[in-house]
Amino acid sequence: MTKNKSIFIILLRLLALGATVAAIAVMVTSHDSTVVLNLTFSAKYSNDPVFKYFVVAEAIAGGYSLLVLFLFSKQSKLWRLIIILDVVVTALLISSISAAMAIAHVGKKGNSHAGWLPICGQVPKFCDHVTGSLIAGFAAAIIYLLLLLSSLQAILSPVIALNP
Amino acid sequence: MALQTEGKPESVSGTMALKKGNKNWVVLVLRVVALLATASATIVMALNKQTKTLVVATIGTTSIKATLTAKFQHTPAFVFFVIANAMVSFHNLLMIATSLFAHKFDYKVGLAMVAILDMLNVGLISGAVNAALFMAQLGKNGNSHARWDKICDKFEIFCNHGAGALIASFVGLALMLIISSISIIKLAKPDQPIFTLFNLDLYCNFALCFL
Repeated sequence: MTKNKSIFIILLRLLALGATVAAIAVMVTSHDSTVVLNLTFSAKYSNDPVFKYFVVAEAIAGGYSLLVLFLFSKQSKLWRLIIILDVVVTALLISSISAAMAIAHVGKKGNSHAGWLPICGQVPKFCDHVTGSLIAGFAAAIIYLLLLLSSLQAILSPVIALNP
Repeated sequence: MALQTEGKPESVSGTMALKKGNKNWVVLVLRVVALLATASATIVMALNKQTKTLVVATIGTTSIKATLTAKFQHTPAFVFFVIANAMVSFHNLLMIATSLFAHKFDYKVGLAMVAILDMLNVGLISGAVNAALFMAQLGKNGNSHARWDKICDKFEIFCNHGAGALIASFVGLALMLIISSISIIKLAKPDQPIFTLFNLDLYCNFALCFL
């Protein structure tokens, strides 16, 4: 039972690693440019600090997943520290995807009150790439949440006495 | 030797121990401060509004004025910020109430629920505060590549109030992280007072942990 549980957790970490790497790869390769009225309008991910923060946060989460996958096993005494670090990394992932989605919403729908026009009509390839990257980042955040819950459940099952 | 090893943890827990019973004053104080921080962030952002009359065009001698309002409802990120901070402060209120009346509930399931709810609320508030932070950064600096103008030079009071709410919410986020860590540590050893769990000789030597 505990071996199945630890295999499940390792699988979840691998999935999270894959999702973060996919999010970084798709975001970094997103760029598009159009020429509108003799002005070159180019969009890259580095134009906006949110997307840079997104890439950095996913990189930190991916590096952490890699570290925990290869260095720690379930029997080590630092499992409490690993769960606490899992909470921190989950909060980081959720914050990065939330901020990126807020700005991407402005980019797609605009904000008429502030006079900000949507840019997705002019640079559709950039918008599609960013959408794909955000989906991967969202999947990474959800996987990390599942990982937290299953780590907690793996700890709690010896603690809570289940009545037959 | 037996008397000596018995005497040492007794004196440690005697100087730093909490009052008898399962109440934990450290987490209670932290929760009260987090409740105040997130509640003040909610209220300041919810009442964030500024109306300004701007001269839009001048025709001849008469100038056309437009009244523009900056409200928090205009931005979905700020709406999420208000709702999430309200939920986190409600969660803190609930946890304070349960920790004051803890003797009525089943202890271990209660600890598990507190830990899980704390983790979920850490995620919630971190998402909310970061989304609002980056929207505020966009409003303050604009984005020249996307031709988005900054709005903070016109609506200074709106921006200042928003900044205050963000700072309060960041304080709430830091405190929620600490509270969540303490709840997770308490899951492992629910009966020990919280300070003895930070003794490093309870954990192994760092090199040995990799085995």
